[in-house]
Amino acid sequence: MKPVNSVKLEFLSRSANEGFARSAAACFAAQMDPTLEELGDLKTAVSEAVTNAIVHGYPEELGKVSLRLRRYEDRTLEIRVQDWGRGIPDVEKAREPMFTTGGEERSGMGFTIMESFMDAVKIRSRPGRGTCVTMRKKLSSRPGGRL
Amino acid sequence: MELTCRSRSCKTRWKLTGEIDHHRAQALSRELEREVSTRLPGELVLDFSGVTFMDSSGIALVLRASRLMEELGGRLRLESVPGQALRVLKAAGIHRRVELGEE
Repeated sequence: MKPVNSVKLEFLSRSANEGFARSAAACFAAQMDPTLEELGDLKTAVSEAVTNAIVHGYPEELGKVSLRLRRYEDRTLEIRVQDWGRGIPDVEKAREPMFTTGGEERSGMGFTIMESFMDAVKIRSRPGRGTCVTMRKKLSSRPGGRL
Repeated sequence: MELTCRSRSCKTRWKLTGEIDHHRAQALSRELEREVSTRLPGELVLDFSGVTFMDSSGIALVLRASRLMEELGGRLRLESVPGQALRVLKAAGIHRRVELGEE
């Protein structure tokens, strides 16, 4: 299925860009006329994925993070967050609730939140090569909503 | 720092404002520890009414506050948690571990 619209952004793995990334995703999603709750869910999922890339992809260095947003005709929004950092050695372990290799500012709930707020979450990662998280959510139909 | 603190006898109320994410988490955590260790409150109220966004960094902050208050033998309560932040807390099951209420 071809996307109706698509954007791709690239930014440095600075924590100040977490807010930028979720605001950009919310602006893109706004053209699909989402509910406030859906918008909150999308922003939260983006925040989690981008934070993971910054904290775990590039723990001691700065690197490149990419955010790709795609909108499909059936009101599905696809969000892809990719980094070219350290990668995750054990993806299944990383998905477990409360598991974290971060400091005490991390709760280990990032993937649990992404999975709760999105319809599907796919993680591809290779140690030393980076991580790619692709998430999809089908937005509710809204009367009078734009295509 | 977008954080205000008011202490009445042994009750401390914190009004959290703005967006709580990883970018602000370290500063908020340090502030929390400093306030709790200097005021030693019997009850800590985290007032979320001014929070416009929260991700899982907020969960870590609430868990940290919960541990600090446990160590003091005190009580932690979250008040006026907006819808988006509440969904994050519920997804993590935190609403079952801490007291939630309106002001």
